[in-house]
Amino acid sequence: MATDAKEIIICKDVHKWFDRLHVLKGINLTVKQGEVLVIFGPSGSGKSTFIRTINRLEEHQRGTIIVDGMELTNDIRNIHAIRSEIGMVFQSFNLFPHLTVMQNITLAPMWVRHWSQEKAEKIAMDLLARVGIPEQAHKYPAQLSGGQQQRVAIARALAMQPKIMLFDEPTSALDPEMIKEVLDVMLELAKSGMTMLCVTHEMGFARAAADRMVFFDGGQLIEEGTPAQIFSHPQHERTKLFLSQILH
Amino acid sequence: MTASADTLGPPRTSVGVLGWLKKNLFSTWYNTLLTFVTLWFLWVVGSGLISWSLTSARWDVIAANWRLFMVGPFPPDQVWRVWVVVLFVSALFGVSGGVWGGTVRTFTMSLAGGYATLAVIALFVFPVSENLVWLLANLVIVLAAYFLARGRKGLQLWLVGAWLLGFILTILLLQGFVGSTWLPEVSTTQWGGLLLTFMLAIVSIVVSFPLGVLLALGRRSKMPAVKVFSILYIELVRGVPLVTILYMTQIMLPLFLPGELRIDNVLRAIAGMTMFTAAYMAENVRGGLQAIPTGQIEAAQALGLNNALVTLFIVLPQALRMVIPAIVGLFIALFKDTTLATIVALLELLGVARSVLAQPEYLGLQTEVYIFVAAVFFLFSYAMSFASYRLEEALGVGKR
Repeated sequence: MATDAKEIIICKDVHKWFDRLHVLKGINLTVKQGEVLVIFGPSGSGKSTFIRTINRLEEHQRGTIIVDGMELTNDIRNIHAIRSEIGMVFQSFNLFPHLTVMQNITLAPMWVRHWSQEKAEKIAMDLLARVGIPEQAHKYPAQLSGGQQQRVAIARALAMQPKIMLFDEPTSALDPEMIKEVLDVMLELAKSGMTMLCVTHEMGFARAAADRMVFFDGGQLIEEGTPAQIFSHPQHERTKLFLSQILH
Repeated sequence: MTASADTLGPPRTSVGVLGWLKKNLFSTWYNTLLTFVTLWFLWVVGSGLISWSLTSARWDVIAANWRLFMVGPFPPDQVWRVWVVVLFVSALFGVSGGVWGGTVRTFTMSLAGGYATLAVIALFVFPVSENLVWLLANLVIVLAAYFLARGRKGLQLWLVGAWLLGFILTILLLQGFVGSTWLPEVSTTQWGGLLLTFMLAIVSIVVSFPLGVLLALGRRSKMPAVKVFSILYIELVRGVPLVTILYMTQIMLPLFLPGELRIDNVLRAIAGMTMFTAAYMAENVRGGLQAIPTGQIEAAQALGLNNALVTLFIVLPQALRMVIPAIVGLFIALFKDTTLATIVALLELLGVARSVLAQPEYLGLQTEVYIFVAAVFFLFSYAMSFASYRLEEALGVGKR
């Protein structure tokens, strides 16, 4: 990652409440183009909520979020424009069960980007080859394993040719033997220069791919640093405690 | 030589007819006893019914009034128009069965079987009549269309268009034109019997379905005016019996409209049934909408799809698929509820049955006439139910 790359996500003092529950307490974070960021922390720390504010699946109530030069407000056109630049991969895949793998991937490119069916399908096949399952194109999601479904979900997000990819615990719902196949795809994507925000507890992936790691606890950004700094010299007590609990 | 465990077949008594009999009918002494008691009961009831229907029942009442049952007071010299419509539907069914195959083919073949059966019956009941000729023509055209169209997938889109066009042509052909010599007007007050039952049911179903979907979406809308209107409409209409709505549209609607504007009787009944069914449809569809996981909607939004596209491509297809059984149940109920049109003086199938029974020579033949009417309703209701099961299978409901 070049150090002079432009800042593609700028979050200033982001607050979020669920009713009266204060879940994000003033997050300041800047992400540069091409950066791979791993966000980790205990459950309930607000890390998933935070990355969901970036494509406005959750609305923030104070502070500013600027994505690719556009500020996130209630302006619906802005939201659609930003969402089509951001790919998102969910913990529970969320593939559309009534559509085939191919239709899952081509739906948004054809209706949001207005590509022809041939173009969309060609790109979909390239992406399926990239995630290693070109032979599954005409099956329905329920016919695939969890790992294959998550790879389709990644291909579906990439088909929109996004500038940023968000991963919300992409391997947490997978059987252990399928985690690696998804991480391999993510690793390859990280090396290709994609800007990535990954909420994950896969510390092996963080060590191998992350440019920076961010520790969340209690709705606050507690600590950030390179994987080397975080793993060998965590500064904060809570970071040390959390790392000691998950690295065994 | 012993077979290894993974090639061992199931025990002989657990498969096949014998296995089934043993397992289900004669598994214990009291099950055996129950089986025999049930068989005896079926015999006593069934034999009585069969011997009555073969010996003392006067089925000639059905044959003598056949035209009335089918088309009611439709002018006899114009009945050929109805036959042309049937012929057209037969051809469409034939082509559809050939193009789509599967369940549609089952229906096409059932239709051909129905024509053949009716033709045989007609041969005995009315030896020389044009009915027989028309039936045979239908049989020929349904089979010919099927074999000609078999496997031509390219016709699918044309076929959907032809069905829609056929619907409009049917109405034009049956209604005719004022002052025309070839196609003199047959006003809807002269439509009756099974023809009218079908018209009431099909038009109400076709119109109430999109209305119901819109109302269901409206009820979940974020726009207050749309939401309040949808809730008011649904709750008001659901709170009133269908009979009341039919009376309202028949008797009260003309009071509100200017005198020179007279809406057709049949159209008013259709409007009432459509209004009523749309409200129930809306609630069924809403049930399906609520069952869609939020993750589906979020995934679609995250791809940049706007709300209309999310609803059209992600929410509605899944929601409707889930509520097929409820929707078809509603359509079957509507089909049977068309009989309520008799109370607003429309002569649909049940209305014809009652007018036939009022003729002095057929007094006391309620059993025969009502069994016939019930059989007709059952036949078509069951066909709808069967189609819905097959549709669920084809769409993989509950499997993916």
